[in-house]
Amino acid sequence: MKAVLLIDFGSTYTKVTAVDLDTEEIIGTSQSFTTIETDINDGLNNALKLLREEIGDIEFSEQYACSSAAGGLKMVAIGLVPELTAKAAKMASLGAGAKVMKTYSYQLTEADLEEIDEINPDIALLTGGIDGGNKEVIVYNAEMLAKSKKKFPIVYAGNRNCASTAKEILANAGKECYVCENVMPKLEQPNIEPAQKQIREIFLQEIVKAKGLSDAEELIGDILMPTPSAMLTAMKLLAKGTKKEEGIGDLVGVDLGGATTDIYSMCQGLPSQSGTVLKGLRETYAKRTVEGDIGMRYSIKGIVEATDIDRVCEISGLDEDRALELIDYLSVHTDVVPNGDEELIMLDKALASLAIETAVTRHAGHLEQIFTPMGITYMQLGKDLTQVKKVIVTGGALIRTEKTAEIAEYALYNEMQAMSLKPKKADVLVDRKYILAAMGLLSTNYPETALRIMKKELIKDGNNE
Amino acid sequence: MEKKKLVIGVIGADVHAVGNTILNNAFKQAGFEVINLGVMVSQEEYIQAAIESGADAICVSSLYGHGELDCAGLREKCDEAGLKGILLYVGGNIVVGKQDFNEVEKRFKAMGFDRAYPPGTSAETTIADLKADLGC
Repeated sequence: MKAVLLIDFGSTYTKVTAVDLDTEEIIGTSQSFTTIETDINDGLNNALKLLREEIGDIEFSEQYACSSAAGGLKMVAIGLVPELTAKAAKMASLGAGAKVMKTYSYQLTEADLEEIDEINPDIALLTGGIDGGNKEVIVYNAEMLAKSKKKFPIVYAGNRNCASTAKEILANAGKECYVCENVMPKLEQPNIEPAQKQIREIFLQEIVKAKGLSDAEELIGDILMPTPSAMLTAMKLLAKGTKKEEGIGDLVGVDLGGATTDIYSMCQGLPSQSGTVLKGLRETYAKRTVEGDIGMRYSIKGIVEATDIDRVCEISGLDEDRALELIDYLSVHTDVVPNGDEELIMLDKALASLAIETAVTRHAGHLEQIFTPMGITYMQLGKDLTQVKKVIVTGGALIRTEKTAEIAEYALYNEMQAMSLKPKKADVLVDRKYILAAMGLLSTNYPETALRIMKKELIKDGNNE
Repeated sequence: MEKKKLVIGVIGADVHAVGNTILNNAFKQAGFEVINLGVMVSQEEYIQAAIESGADAICVSSLYGHGELDCAGLREKCDEAGLKGILLYVGGNIVVGKQDFNEVEKRFKAMGFDRAYPPGTSAETTIADLKADLGC
């Protein structure tokens, strides 16, 4: 046996997963509360103790970790035009596993700067202008950031023709500034990988230390990446595969949490029907979006606001007063799980369904119908997911219910929203053991093993037998 | 010297792609940097592209006869977006039916366009005007 330990320091739980590389099996998983306030190793040791009770005293030959503890990787994204560089900057930050606290466009105001200081991000991503394009705004924004009272590092990924000017302005003010390639060197063609690479490097070098996670480094070697980045890595590997091992093809991933809902899509998303013109910023093959207002507990009211209490009632079968009462209760008692209670099971099912419907609709592209003298033409904005054949679901509310498949149906195309380009017909694969982030970590050195384990462990249609 | 930048595209619900491709190539060969938005371009898209790219001119094409409706208000929106004084050209089959082009040109100039071209204008004419107007 060659055992590897994979650790995820989450905001609430520290989760550990043990894998045997020889048999390519999950040996065991466990979790315990994250203890960032005292010593992060306490929580890890508690989780390990539980794991050893389950699987015995195994020696691990390697250990890897990811983290979203201590608020995760908090970022602000700054661009020029909202639909162009500002959107590309947000896309780059989300794809690097960050929590984007706010996106700014055009010139930063004094009030914006105050707000940024209040957010005190781990990194600010400064973009604006295609290469050779607008210089005034990004240089102005560098001057504004130079006045910030906080010490966060700044990644410059804007117009290359004024990178040195901006860097000098920031350096003179004692700010750390890392220059990398433009997130949008040509119009509507995002180039987000260089900025993401820079963000990850800063995360490893500085943020891990600043957040008291480096105590854990002695025990586990390096913390490799933020947790969402591990998820993204896993999903990308699962879809694309490696040279030696085939992936499962295009997919959509849903991670329904208590506070937020993350949606991933791995596909090109080009128009699938003829007579459709693709418009706006090209989106990347690997796309992640985060809905901060949609979650099963902390953001439970966001689900109702984004949809309708009538629909909650319709799906859950509860009457309106009772549903509202329970929602109020759950928004405060965030650790309550249904635990066999029929009312709560039905309510959670309704909320999870609507959360997924809302989050996937926001993630997916849509069509706009244009009547022209030549007849009807369609404009596609965003990614066409209609041909995607796999939906991967994870997150507590989905993997601990028997109604996973019914809930996941809400990620699919429906005729009531005919212009929304969601998957038309897809298999639902459930991450019952909650291993996706761990497999993202494992894949840094053992991609084929991680891929084969995922193929084995992700169970179709939530059917556990 | 830095190349002058042009944002080009076919406005509105117009999907005529051939002329757009010809202009794209002709402008590039003439030494301009071209940001081509293709067909079915909205006023907002021209403006966003011009802001990000720091463009020197916006060249609007229209072939399907609705150009006048599609172009109305573009200059005002440019002013609003901080693109004050950017060159605006329009050309193609820009009005309904056969009308006296002098009248048509007057109307488009009143809408804030610097130049308007009748059907059948060759790319060379526009290129010469661009070079004169941009001083390159």
